[in-house]
Amino acid sequence: MTDLPRTQHIIASGLVAAVGVAVAFVSYTQEPAAAFLFPRMISTVFVVLALWTFGKALMGRTKVGNGLDARALLNILPGLLVALVLVYWAAKWLGFYTATTLAFFILLSLYDPAPHGAVKTWIKRALITAGFLAVMYGLFAGLLNVFTPREIFF
Amino acid sequence: MEFLAYFGDVFTPINFALLLLGTIGGLILGATPGLSPTMAVALLIPFTFKLEPAQGLILLGAAYTSTVAGGAVSAILLKIPGAPANIATTLDGHTMAQKGQGARALQLSFLASAVGGVFGVLLLIFLTPLLAQWALAFGPSHLFWLAILGVTVIGSLDGSSVVKGLLSGCIGLWLATIGFDDIMGAQRFIFHPSVSGGINVIPALIGLFAIPQVITMFAKGRISLDAEVLSVERHPIKDAVAEVFRRSRALTIGTLTGSIIGLIPGVGGQIAGLVAYDQSKKMSPERDKFGTGHSEGVIAAESANNAMVGPSLVPLLTLSIPGSPTAAVLLGGLLIHGIFPGSDLFDNNPDVAWTFINSMLIGQILMCVFGLYVAGLAARVAQVPNAVMAAIVLGLAVFGSYSVQNSMGDVYVMMALGTGMYFLERFGFSAAPLVLGLILGPIAEANFIQGSMIANATSSVGQYFFTGPLNLTLIAVVVASIAYSVWMELRSRRYTTKEDAVKKEEALS
Repeated sequence: MTDLPRTQHIIASGLVAAVGVAVAFVSYTQEPAAAFLFPRMISTVFVVLALWTFGKALMGRTKVGNGLDARALLNILPGLLVALVLVYWAAKWLGFYTATTLAFFILLSLYDPAPHGAVKTWIKRALITAGFLAVMYGLFAGLLNVFTPREIFF
Repeated sequence: MEFLAYFGDVFTPINFALLLLGTIGGLILGATPGLSPTMAVALLIPFTFKLEPAQGLILLGAAYTSTVAGGAVSAILLKIPGAPANIATTLDGHTMAQKGQGARALQLSFLASAVGGVFGVLLLIFLTPLLAQWALAFGPSHLFWLAILGVTVIGSLDGSSVVKGLLSGCIGLWLATIGFDDIMGAQRFIFHPSVSGGINVIPALIGLFAIPQVITMFAKGRISLDAEVLSVERHPIKDAVAEVFRRSRALTIGTLTGSIIGLIPGVGGQIAGLVAYDQSKKMSPERDKFGTGHSEGVIAAESANNAMVGPSLVPLLTLSIPGSPTAAVLLGGLLIHGIFPGSDLFDNNPDVAWTFINSMLIGQILMCVFGLYVAGLAARVAQVPNAVMAAIVLGLAVFGSYSVQNSMGDVYVMMALGTGMYFLERFGFSAAPLVLGLILGPIAEANFIQGSMIANATSSVGQYFFTGPLNLTLIAVVVASIAYSVWMELRSRRYTTKEDAVKKEEALS
């Protein structure tokens, strides 16, 4: 195992252990105690296993999980950012269909291997996006009658 | 033979149309690399809200069955397994296609899938009522241990680290406690308004299975699929039928192995296909031909991974304990329609239960008939670029999770869980035990509380939960499954170098 995954394992298992400790703390301190009986049981096991995993990561003895290399992380970041902006901001404030269509088009442009310089590529991307919007609208608004937030646009 | 009374219900126009839609759609989705059966079923659940319970389950059951079989198309024609269950099919199936026998490989694959699948569903039909009767004897302590068993078995058997598998199960059990406590009405772990009503299972399932796949597609960057689709030439179907039955050894090994593995919670189709392939190879006089385009390899692997489907639903329908992630997703589909599986399912909702099971039987045959016609189209769909697939799945995940309760909170939870799960998976954690914990958590807690009340009134809590033959048997199985997995993990480490482990993980991811 290289140093990078080892550090990543320490951070990841450290975060899981921190969540485990927080869950156990809340379970053992909150009232009424009867409501936290089951959470106490599971949080105890949670903490033990999480600390065990963290300890193994600290000692560099983690054998499962390759972590993330810089290239994968760089590939993920733009797409993940678009997805997070879509879900946590745009869907509600721009309207579901507008936001999803924009996100779809941006993701297609970011990850489609076709050359960016060709006009044909952009027309193809726009057509795929329009087709996607039509299908989603037909399925969710037409077939399932789901009323989505429409805010500024639609 | 009660199931025969409900056989006609499968053939009503709407039910049959849904069965056809689920089968053909599932075959195409299954062929798409990256769209696992579990994820396909999870994404389909929102489309069942407007349907009657039986209709919704027919659609989900057909999709489950045919996505498993559809994965063989891309395994054979593209050398890319549509799902982990089809890994073993690639070994001989693609070599056959390279030799110009793609149609023969596909025909053998769908015929073997149908034979295995029908046998598996027949097991489901005949075992389920027996187990359901037996399950009537289960009290709260037994149901508590069963729920724990469901989480620990999957936690320890699924994935390569027992500790991380069990830890994933604990995270799922904790997530299930978020919200208001049922007995006292107390708030628990409500750290954001989106989770004030607890974590809804359907958005959670969509997030946990779909979003990591979307991010995995992002991680590949701007790549085009270079796989060449091999052409499918004509091959007489009667020759394929004769060959499947002539290779009865491989068919029997595959079918029996798949059925047995399907009954064991936590052991999925991937294992079934590989174990059947391996056993078939060991018992074949032509073992040297395996890997060179030998039809027995395809027959054993495909009959096994479809034979696993029916039995994997037995613990779900009788004990409410999903034995696999896909069964857990189906449980979500049942609950959303107000159907509670368990010992009284066949008394309270026999029409829903039997129509669903019968549709899976008919679905196996439809899958075989349509599989060959859809194969060419499915192979083309399998070539849809990563970028398009990632954007489509993200869109479906967002709309699907919103449509559950028309709540943005569900979409936030879906995205947060999915993103978190992707990073956890990179560090050896697994979604399956987490999902099982999330689904079985309320069952475990409700029975624990109920059992504690009974124990306080009659005996001590320790005596109630830790004595009696059934309690002790279940505890022994919990301990044995963990011990076995630890032993297997230590053993595989002894014989595997670190480089081999890294290569294996990279190949699987």
